[in-house]
Amino acid sequence: MAVAQSADSDEVSAGSDLFRQRIRSAWLFLAPMLIVLALVAGWPLLRSIYFSFTNASLTNLDAAQWVGFENYFSMTTLKSGRVLYDGLLVDPLWWGSVWNTVRFTIVSVTLETIFGMVVALVLNAEFRGRGFVRAAILVPWAIPTIVSAKMWAWMLNDQFGIINDILLNLGLISQKIAWTANPDTAMIAVLIVDIWKTTPFMALLILAGLQMIPGDIYEAAKIDGVHPVKVFWKVTLPLVRPALMVAVIFRMLDALRIFDLIYVLTANNAQTKTMSVFARENLFDFDKFAYGSAASTMLFLILTLITIVYIIVGKVNFEGGR
Amino acid sequence: MLWHLVKRTAFYLLVVFIVVISVFPFYYAILTSFKSGTALFEINYWPTSFSLQNYTQVLTTGSFPRNLANSLLIATVVVAISLLLAVTASFALSRVRFRGRSTLLLMILAVSMFPQIAVLAGLFELIRFFGIFNTPFALIFAYMIFTLPFTVWILTTFMRDLPIEIEEAAIVDGASPWVIVTKVFMPLMWPALVTTGLLAFIAAWNEFLFALTFTSSNATRTVPVAIALLSGATQYEIPWGNIMAASVIVTVPLVVLVLIFQRKIISGLTAGGVKG
Repeated sequence: MAVAQSADSDEVSAGSDLFRQRIRSAWLFLAPMLIVLALVAGWPLLRSIYFSFTNASLTNLDAAQWVGFENYFSMTTLKSGRVLYDGLLVDPLWWGSVWNTVRFTIVSVTLETIFGMVVALVLNAEFRGRGFVRAAILVPWAIPTIVSAKMWAWMLNDQFGIINDILLNLGLISQKIAWTANPDTAMIAVLIVDIWKTTPFMALLILAGLQMIPGDIYEAAKIDGVHPVKVFWKVTLPLVRPALMVAVIFRMLDALRIFDLIYVLTANNAQTKTMSVFARENLFDFDKFAYGSAASTMLFLILTLITIVYIIVGKVNFEGGR
Repeated sequence: MLWHLVKRTAFYLLVVFIVVISVFPFYYAILTSFKSGTALFEINYWPTSFSLQNYTQVLTTGSFPRNLANSLLIATVVVAISLLLAVTASFALSRVRFRGRSTLLLMILAVSMFPQIAVLAGLFELIRFFGIFNTPFALIFAYMIFTLPFTVWILTTFMRDLPIEIEEAAIVDGASPWVIVTKVFMPLMWPALVTTGLLAFIAAWNEFLFALTFTSSNATRTVPVAIALLSGATQYEIPWGNIMAASVIVTVPLVVLVLIFQRKIISGLTAGGVKG
C-alpha cells in the first residue's frame, strides 16, 4: 500500500516536473513572436495615441509637446464674447469621412453577403464544372487591390471605358458617365470594385459553413415535401449562421479601414474620402501629424467599439468559422 | 419536365454569369496590355491586335524591374521570418496548456483585425528611429503586423488537430520540446506551411499603405505603389497600356499560384479568415 502510494506521488511529481518544463519552453517558444508583435503593433499603437495628445509635426516629432485634448476638441472665447470650437470632434470633414466609411461598409458588406451566399449555394450544388467555377471566382481574390483598382479605373474610363460602351449598347444610359470623377457615381464605382473583389472571400467562408451541414437534413426535408425556399430560411440559414457571422465581421472590419482602393480609384473625391484616407492625408500630406494621429486613434476606437458590440449582440463564436 | 429544364437552364446561366463577371476584368486587362498606339482607345471585346510594346516599355524603361525585385525580396523574407516565428509559437499555443493561453489567442486574433492606419504614426517614428526608413527592412518589419497573427492562427488550428499519440511517443523517448517541433511536427506540417506561406506571400506582395508611407524613392518602391504612381510623359496623359502590362506582370504569377494551390488556399482562408 505504502509502496504503491509513493510510486503514485513519484509519478505525479515527475509528471508535474515535465509539465513545468513544458510550460517554460512554451513561453520561450512564444517569446520571439510576442516581442515582434509588441514592437510592431503594441508600441506603435501607444505612440500613435500619445501623438494625438501632442502638437507633433511630421518634420519634428521629437519636439512634440503635450496639449491634452486640443486635437479632439478645444474652445476659445474671443474678446467679442464669441466662442470658437475647434478639433476633430467638430470637424465636418472628419464626420463626412466617418459617414462615407459607414455608408460604404453597410452597403458593401450587405451586398457581398447576399452575393456571397448566392455563389456559395451554387458551389454547394453538384454540377459539372464546379471545380472550374471555384477556380474562376478565386481570380478576383488573387488580384492585388491596386491592380483591380487600376483595371476597373480603365474599364470605368469615361471616354474609352468598356462599361460605358456596354451600357450604351444595351440602352441603359444615354450618355457616357465619368464614373470615378463624378461626385454622384464615385461611391458606386468604389462599391462595384470592392464587391467584385471581396465577394469570393465571402462565398468561400459561407461555402465552408454550408459544407458542414449534414446532407440527411436536406433529405429529410425533401421527403417531407418542404419547399426549397422554406428549407433555406428554416434549415440552411440558421445552420450556416455561425460561419456567416464570422465572415461578416472580418469583412466589416476590412471595409471600415478601407484605404488603397479609394486612394487609387477616386483620389481627392470628397464623396468617397474614408476615415483611413482622412487620417493618412493629415499625417503625411498636410503636415498635421498630431491631428492625423487623433483621427487614427478615433478610427481605432470606433472599430473596437463596433467589434465588441457585434461580438456581444451577435454571439459570435470564432470556432464556428472553421 | 419543362419546368425542370427551365430551372436547369437558369442555373447554368447563373453559373456562366458568375464566371464571366469574375474573369472578365482580368481578361480585359490582358487584352488592353497587348494593344498599342491608337488601338488602345478602340473598344474591343476580342483580341484584334498583338503588340508587346507595352511590356518592353515597362520592363526596359523606368524602375519597374527594380520594383519587382523589391517586392519579391520583401515578400520572401516576410514569409520566411513569419513562418519561423509562427511555428514555435503555435506549437506552444496548440500543444501546451498554460494559463492565459486563450487570452493570448484572442489578442493575436485582435491584432489580425487591426486597422493598420492606427499604428501608422507610431510605426513611422519607430522606423525612423531604427534608421530603416526608405529601405526594404522597413517594410519587412512593418508587414509582420499582419502576417504574424494569421500565420500563428492558422498553424495553431492545424497543430491542434494533430493526434496526441505521436507527441506522447516522443516525450516518452525523452525528446525536448525543440526536438518535438523540428523533428516530429515539422514533417507533418508541410501542407499547412505551404498554405500559410502562400497567403503571407500574397498579403505582403499586395500591401499598399505601408509601402506608400515608408518608402519615398522610385528605387525602393514595391510594385503596388509603382503601379499606383505610374505616370506618362505628361501629367495629363495616363499610360493605360503600360499600367495594364505592369498589372498583368504582377498578377499572373499570383493567379497561377492560386489556381495550382486552390484547395490549400481555400482551406487556409476558411481557417484563418484572412483579409480578402
